[in-house]
Amino acid sequence: MTDATLNTSGAPRKGSLHVQDARTTRRNRSEARFKGYGIAAILVGLFFLAVLAVSIVRSGAPAFTRTVVDVDFTMTAAQVEAAESELFKTKAYQTVFIDALKSQLDESGLEVEVDNAAIERLLGKIGGDLRTFYANNPDQVGETVSFQLPASSRVDGYLNGRITRDSLENSRFLMATDLDLVDALQEAGIIKGAINWTFITGTDAGVDNPGGAGLGASVVGSFFMMLVVLFLSLPIGVAASIYLEEFAPQNRFTDLIEVNISNLAAVPSIVFGILGLAVFIQFMHMPQSAPLVGGLVLTLMTLPTIIISTRASLKSVPPSIRDAALGVGASKMQAVFHHVLPMAMPGILTGTIIGLAQALGETAPLLLIGMVGFVARGYPDGIMAGFTEANSAMPAQIYTWAARADASFYEKAWGGIIILLAFLLTMNIIAIILRRRFERRW
Amino acid sequence: MSYIKMTASTLAIAAVSATAAAARDNVQVAGSSTVLPYASIVAELFGDNTDFPTPVVESGGSSAGLKRFCEGVGENTIDVANASRAIREKEIEACAENGVTDIIEVRIGYDGIVFASQQAGPAYTAFQPSDIFNAIGATVLKDGALVKNPHNTWAEFNGELPDAEIAMFIPGTKHGTREVFEDKVLLKGCEDTGAMQAMMDSGMDEDSAEDACLDVRQDGKSVDIDGDYTETLARIDANTNGIGVFGLAFYENNTDKLKVATMGGVSPSTETIASGEYPVSRPLFFYVKKAHIGVIPGLKEYAQFFVADEIAGPGGPLSNYGLVADPELADTQKAVADEVTMGEGM
Repeated sequence: MTDATLNTSGAPRKGSLHVQDARTTRRNRSEARFKGYGIAAILVGLFFLAVLAVSIVRSGAPAFTRTVVDVDFTMTAAQVEAAESELFKTKAYQTVFIDALKSQLDESGLEVEVDNAAIERLLGKIGGDLRTFYANNPDQVGETVSFQLPASSRVDGYLNGRITRDSLENSRFLMATDLDLVDALQEAGIIKGAINWTFITGTDAGVDNPGGAGLGASVVGSFFMMLVVLFLSLPIGVAASIYLEEFAPQNRFTDLIEVNISNLAAVPSIVFGILGLAVFIQFMHMPQSAPLVGGLVLTLMTLPTIIISTRASLKSVPPSIRDAALGVGASKMQAVFHHVLPMAMPGILTGTIIGLAQALGETAPLLLIGMVGFVARGYPDGIMAGFTEANSAMPAQIYTWAARADASFYEKAWGGIIILLAFLLTMNIIAIILRRRFERRW
Repeated sequence: MSYIKMTASTLAIAAVSATAAAARDNVQVAGSSTVLPYASIVAELFGDNTDFPTPVVESGGSSAGLKRFCEGVGENTIDVANASRAIREKEIEACAENGVTDIIEVRIGYDGIVFASQQAGPAYTAFQPSDIFNAIGATVLKDGALVKNPHNTWAEFNGELPDAEIAMFIPGTKHGTREVFEDKVLLKGCEDTGAMQAMMDSGMDEDSAEDACLDVRQDGKSVDIDGDYTETLARIDANTNGIGVFGLAFYENNTDKLKVATMGGVSPSTETIASGEYPVSRPLFFYVKKAHIGVIPGLKEYAQFFVADEIAGPGGPLSNYGLVADPELADTQKAVADEVTMGEGM
């Protein structure tokens, strides 16, 4: 309707208002076009999100299942003693188990040829599991125990379709002929699929033992790092922004600080890693690969994010609230801490959680402070050790797995991505809930 | 306010205890990404089979590992450096400057370097060092004259090779593998084709001729890979004509995706490498700081466990994974047991 008044020619509109003139039609058409572009852009975004989600789930899902060999096994005290006297104890346990399984299979009358070497190729690295079991349950020695032990990663791959008979042609880790045995054992119910709890709760394992590798220890490492980040960056960030926003005079110096904080937010994270290596490890002699150092480095990275979001939420508190507080005689500090800060809190917390989520997924700085390799090899014993003992973090562990030769570690890397995404999603949902519940609008 | 005070004091306590908690009880290892798989296998087994905590093994490359190794003596420096090449004279000097004087060198076995391409790719089945040099050398001998490498396909210089575009993915200069590749393949090929002789005839002295032999063409036909073998594998996957340089163990883990070429008529396997028939292999090492033995619990035991017959010998987990067992392992075991340092009758 404003069309007529905006008509630059100044001539009065002729004809009925109910009939669109050419200009209006053109404008309506361009609006429809623009809406179309917008929808297309969203659809493209959604498409890529769907592709990403599908490929992650498809590649990562096999990490959460595993193939186990389900057998009853008895180990006598003499066998345990003999195994314990060796240097390579876990191998000795494994040999005893393989012998037992072999004779069990011979008796059961399978129609497939069985030899010890073939069984060894079918099994994962089970010696460690057995030794740990008997060390923790000495009363079970001599008793018949039903074990579910992991099969080798290639048997796993065969059962979920990653490996075929043809692809084993040149492999010496699992021969094509062994697959007959696998088929027979699967029919007999000895080899079957199971949920891989080790992947969720376990620690990292050697490169020849993908079945024993888990993300658990690095989740703990990430948790301790996030504790450090939270307890350092939240108070420092909030204190800095309250001072800058509420108390600091507006002059060139504070302007300079402001510009630098914004610049800091844009610094690539690898730079903080180099800084962490030089300052915390080489100069301050903090322990290498420790979540404490990782946390400090990530704190540096997260601080600007928290400062910027805190300042934004402090700014959004209307000045009338400060004025009212000051008007009834509150000091400036009382006005800030009793009135402004509580109202800005939801925004501050949201910013903090988003900053933490960003830090949780960060890999680059961790590469430099020694969190890549065979690092997440055990759970820390105790809170203090959690900070100082060498451990990895989720993204660094994923990176490590992705570089390993055995393709089933690649699956594990994707599985790790699923777990990492689940954590990130949870944190973002918490941030959204906080904002929805407590945010006030004026 | 008390909250802020508390955080400040927590910070201080954390910082202090971090320094105090540096009394380390686990062995700390860093270095070559080629040795990393073996070291991680040994570290896991060491933790499973002894009462010592599992060692920490970091990657980062031979040079980076030795650099950290040479930073000094003390609990916040690493105890063991893995290397896919022998330590250099310059590194020993750098070590000595920082007080790291007694170094025990331990050779764990041999690693083969193989040339592999994707299963569906052209029939790259047999190479000579001269073929590789002709393909990627910066300056090659063509029709009796030294020219800037003009070759686009393999068939141009060797009719037996497929008529496929040259695309090689070779280890970057930070890898120890590069050094072996240069010594055993490029330099050999340079000598075999006569390019080296031609360079010396043209007035270069031997050293600069050798350097010129190791120059790799920069026109994109040869790509340096600074990452791990998985990166090379991804590049090969994406390029039908691509040929990558891999460690034997990596190839054996990925036989379903890769096919391997013979070198000098010998196909790579643990047997041919152990016997010395396959030409491109190199020894793998780790270096132990003697000053840390007795200070870091389990350090000597780790070194001894690593080279024990059951672990590094034939049929052990390392050779199962692709390490070529050292025929002189018994000498190494004795040297580790006696803590023989470098320069002390090695």
